[in-house]
Amino acid sequence: MTTAARLPFMLKDAALTAFVSAALGIFIIGFHTVDVSGKGLVFDYWFEDLAVAVIVIFFGRLGLSMAAGGRRWPALVLGVALGVAGASPLRLPSTFLHWFIVIAAVLIIVRAIWPWVDVELARMRHSTHGVAAGRAGAKWFGAILLVAAAIMPLMPFADQKTMDLAVLILTYVMLGWGLNIVVGLAGLLDLGYVAFYAVGAYSYALLSTQWGLSFWVVLPIAGMMAATFGVLLGFPVLRLRGDYLAIVTLGFGEIIRLVILNWVDLTNGPAGIGGIPGPTLWGAVFAETAPPGKQTFAEMMGIPFTGNQRLVFLYYIILVLALITNFFTQRIRRLPVGRAWEALREDETACRALGINPTNTKLTAFAIGAMFAGFAGSFFAAKQRFISPESFVFIESAIILAIVVLGGMGSQIGVVLASVLLIGLPEWFRDLGGYRMLAFGMAMVLIMVFRPRGLIAHREPSVRLHPVGSKT
Amino acid sequence: MTSSSPGPLIEVEHLTMRFGGLVAIDDVSFTGRPREITAIIGPNGAGKTTVFNCITGFYKPTIGRLTLRGDQEYLLERMLGHEIGQRARVARTFQNIRLFPGMTVLENLMVAQHNKLMTASGLSVYGLLGLARFRNAEAAAVEMARGWLERIGLVADADRPAGELPYGAQRRLEIARAMCTEPRLLCLDEPAAGLNPRESTELNALLVSIREREQIGILLIEHDMSVVMKISDHVVVLDYGRKIAEGPPAEVQRDPAVIRAYLGAGDEAGPDA
Repeated sequence: MTTAARLPFMLKDAALTAFVSAALGIFIIGFHTVDVSGKGLVFDYWFEDLAVAVIVIFFGRLGLSMAAGGRRWPALVLGVALGVAGASPLRLPSTFLHWFIVIAAVLIIVRAIWPWVDVELARMRHSTHGVAAGRAGAKWFGAILLVAAAIMPLMPFADQKTMDLAVLILTYVMLGWGLNIVVGLAGLLDLGYVAFYAVGAYSYALLSTQWGLSFWVVLPIAGMMAATFGVLLGFPVLRLRGDYLAIVTLGFGEIIRLVILNWVDLTNGPAGIGGIPGPTLWGAVFAETAPPGKQTFAEMMGIPFTGNQRLVFLYYIILVLALITNFFTQRIRRLPVGRAWEALREDETACRALGINPTNTKLTAFAIGAMFAGFAGSFFAAKQRFISPESFVFIESAIILAIVVLGGMGSQIGVVLASVLLIGLPEWFRDLGGYRMLAFGMAMVLIMVFRPRGLIAHREPSVRLHPVGSKT
Repeated sequence: MTSSSPGPLIEVEHLTMRFGGLVAIDDVSFTGRPREITAIIGPNGAGKTTVFNCITGFYKPTIGRLTLRGDQEYLLERMLGHEIGQRARVARTFQNIRLFPGMTVLENLMVAQHNKLMTASGLSVYGLLGLARFRNAEAAAVEMARGWLERIGLVADADRPAGELPYGAQRRLEIARAMCTEPRLLCLDEPAAGLNPRESTELNALLVSIREREQIGILLIEHDMSVVMKISDHVVVLDYGRKIAEGPPAEVQRDPAVIRAYLGAGDEAGPDA
């Protein structure tokens, strides 16, 4: 046992950490100024908050060093105790402190059981049985996820807010899967992906409001438009590599947005396009009253109208669109072009020596990725019924890229998990108020610390010589 | 080896490559014949790899003509990098191995058959539809890869990531990958570098078997004189970008200019052998 593992030392270390945080926190947390009318600025003292935070930091540090020093059980007990305290209806000065304690508890517990999990995982990975089990597990996990997604709207908890969030998450899942082709498979760092999303959205918005084309007619056109833009943008820039490509795609993303913003005659500029019709089901609209000559869905089915019907319908559309994206990607990954994408990501020079045309191969990846963004974009326009350039700013590209990177480049399930985390968490964390983005940032840092290659780093070969389970 | 004395497979004429003021290759001409191993040797910095980079389209020669005779005459200096692999069918390996490390051994060999499979998959359309004609082509490609894996002794490792293989196996895999493109000319850049004597012997056997069975021409850059002397049919010696000797290995070995190039300056340790 090293000195770090001895209890007095740990206590001293924890006390020191608590002292430092108290000293830092007294000014940051301890004093607040409040504007009281008539008296001007007065101090408000938050010493209870500070005291609770310092106590939690003391125990948190103690728990972490116990876990690191091999005292797994005391650390676990401490973690669970903290968790219970955080989740209990104990009256703490603010809700954030509850969250703070729970997060500390989770950290300690994870840290305490991590060595055990790690050993188990390593053992699984290195046995043939483990590989086969892992594949079966992944298959089942995917199937369960699919069934859960399919029956989700029928569940009692599927109220308007939940459905709205689910549609949002699925939109990002689809965008993530689309970008996964470009970034995950072909290894082209595209920071302007949202441009193709915008092209798809404006294609639908303009064609439907100007020419009265329906969603289902425009959907493929929007995909084509986005793919065309992908080729046009890709052609001059795809000879660049790595960081240079990233910068140029970032620039093109902004150019598209600025064109939309300034081409007022066509796009109505910053005022955006409103009154975009929603998607229809066999001609039936999802609204309380149908426009002349049309029928509402509720009338067609002979059921009473509820606001949720439209969301459920949108949910199934985006679910199907996302699944098509997934199916397509899984399939094309096993084709020569998919393998060439991955080979280009690994080594472009070697690809050229093997007679693979790098420009064409990259262009197909770029165009196909853009096409799926176009589909998602026209869905977005149909869902929002109003679009403006503000929806297509750089941060959207960054979020989609973060989904792909956090999920594990090239992993399809990883994109789903990362979308739920990145889009779902900020929504669930709304209770945290101003600390929402802090928690979001912390979740991202934690993922990158514990899983630097993304949530799912496993890569399934596109072709096998020896089927899994057979003796080699 | 030159029983029927076929015409040259590759003809390098007056090849000159300048980088700014530096003359890397200065008026080098030589030919490589089919079913022969032509070795290019020379001290470090003699311009051997630059010759390869010109032949395989990574550099555009300043002056000179590179003719490959296959089903037609290909002027390599006028072709784009990937066309040389695709149409003229010149394959190469690299001094520092360039496999696709994250992809499996089998996938590496499948990528090498890209152009053939791409045609068979109807630019992915038949592939997406899962038509039989693509599935058959894919199965044939896997069989071809299996044949090469058997020859290089890596069948059991077929589904492992290529980056996990030991060094010697990676060298052999890179050669197999180049061969899967079904080349007319195979350019090997120091294939024996870093191999132990046993692996080096295996490599010799592999290269000779490629010459005998596939009947293609091989260009070989090599420092290991034991490899060069044992298996090459023809040797070209470069020094400071110039060709200083050419001929059968035994003759070149005795050439005073060659001995001077390797030993003359006094600061060279001599041939690596």
